[in-house]
Amino acid sequence: MNKIIDKLMKVVFFIAACASIVAVALICGFMFANGVPAIGKIGFVKFIFGKVWKPGSELFGIFPMIVGSLYVTAGAIIIGVPIGILTAIFMSKFCPKGLYKFLKPVIDLLAGIPSVVYGFFGLVVIVPFVRENIGGKGYSILSASVLLGIMILPTVIGVCESAINAVPESYYEGALALGATHERSVFKAVVPAAKSGIFAGVVLGIGRAIGEAMAVIMVCGNQARMPKGLLKGVRTLTTNIVMDMGYAADLHREALIATGVVLFVFILLINIAFSVLKSKEAK
Amino acid sequence: MKKYIRHPGSLIIRAIVYLAAAFTVIMLGFIIAHILIKGVPYLTPDLFALKYNSDNVSMMPSIINTLIMIVLVLVIAVPFGIFSAIYLVEYADKNNKFVNVIRLTTETLTGIPSIIYGLFGMLFFNYALHWGNSLIGGALTLAIMVLPVIMRTTEEALIAVPLSYREGSFALGAGKVRTIFKVVLPPAVPGILSGIILAIGRIVGETAALVYTAGTVPDLPKSIFSSGRTLAVHMYSLSREGMYTNQAYATAVILLLLVIIINRVSALIAKKLQK
Repeated sequence: MNKIIDKLMKVVFFIAACASIVAVALICGFMFANGVPAIGKIGFVKFIFGKVWKPGSELFGIFPMIVGSLYVTAGAIIIGVPIGILTAIFMSKFCPKGLYKFLKPVIDLLAGIPSVVYGFFGLVVIVPFVRENIGGKGYSILSASVLLGIMILPTVIGVCESAINAVPESYYEGALALGATHERSVFKAVVPAAKSGIFAGVVLGIGRAIGEAMAVIMVCGNQARMPKGLLKGVRTLTTNIVMDMGYAADLHREALIATGVVLFVFILLINIAFSVLKSKEAK
Repeated sequence: MKKYIRHPGSLIIRAIVYLAAAFTVIMLGFIIAHILIKGVPYLTPDLFALKYNSDNVSMMPSIINTLIMIVLVLVIAVPFGIFSAIYLVEYADKNNKFVNVIRLTTETLTGIPSIIYGLFGMLFFNYALHWGNSLIGGALTLAIMVLPVIMRTTEEALIAVPLSYREGSFALGAGKVRTIFKVVLPPAVPGILSGIILAIGRIVGETAALVYTAGTVPDLPKSIFSSGRTLAVHMYSLSREGMYTNQAYATAVILLLLVIIINRVSALIAKKLQK
């Protein structure tokens, strides 16, 4: 009897273990099966490099959104990565123990705040601030970059901190013994050794920024045209899907799913880059 | 202090590092303070009325929907998450090809943005299965999304259980399944629990994956096959409509408080685990 239960449960556990494989297969299958034919119908070049998105007149070019996503993500990296890495260095090498107990939950909380709340904060604080102090309508690449820069902080900090912590203490001690100051030891001996882990954190941050939809949609303006400047509105791949999906039909809807496929391909590439960097770190 | 006179560069570096950390903390403090100050005055009893209408954008139906959503997602994701972690830790060889595939797929699932989950859920549950906008469709979508979280935390908790527990149990003649459920799982419960709470945090905060799967109907659901918005979706709708900014602030307060509570509880359990 017990033997039968043992065998049976092994099968049950095995089936459960297959769940994630089935899920990924289903997601890939459904995304590509629904998106790729649309790209075929529109034409690959027209779809990816077309500069006009006018569903009304059957024009489906997502180049403005691809560029928009890249701009906004680049902005987020410029703002979020330096602050994130420096904060990670602070937490790992400069932080008194008592302060760490306070700082760690703060970072966790920053990661836990829902993206709608971030988006709302951007809408009521960052957008008016940009409008009144810098110029334009406020719904802009700049606002979206600042908001995303804040949102990727916990991701960058988390990965970078564990990368820095993984560097053997002897590196630091060796530098100190050679007469370097604490700061110099950290920045010249410890941080370079954690390089690939830190890059992995940056890559993960890029993934978060490019995939974020609900926060960006509230601050970026969503105009489906080529971005014209830092203070002008922009539409990203993610917001294109959310904006139009509510009312789209036929080829328009398929084009939106194809937009999702393009985003999905970006994300898969980023994931691969992340695991390559991670495995480098492990060596 | 003397060494900084000789190395002014180091002092500057230290200042920059301190500034960056201060910025992170101040930013979070500012976001929370801003939302609390602007939102708490608008937390009127009306906002918790059972019925939603355009005069009174009550969040009560959305709160109830959120609770239903949490229960549905956990009922689906927790057994799968725990069982697959058990398979990975207790049964599979560490360098098995199959295990590597599972690792790769869970990592992929972690990296997929929620809007892609939303698109997939819409294509699969709403269209392919013809469920339309439904709570169960949203719940299944989110279940896939939180699966890696539960799997990873359970795995870590199981690995942390000393090998001697299992050997002791086997030596007393217990079978493998009995050992797992009676000896290995109980000490791993706090770790698993902190993972489940993390998952609840993600369910509460999720919008992009739900807008086109569970939908945005602001009423109480009749069954799990009817559409219903969760609190985060409710807040998104309010802030997009632009007419209910004050109520959106109030909703943000509730969302923030939920997230803070969830975070603290998870941290407390994790701390207990370390002792």
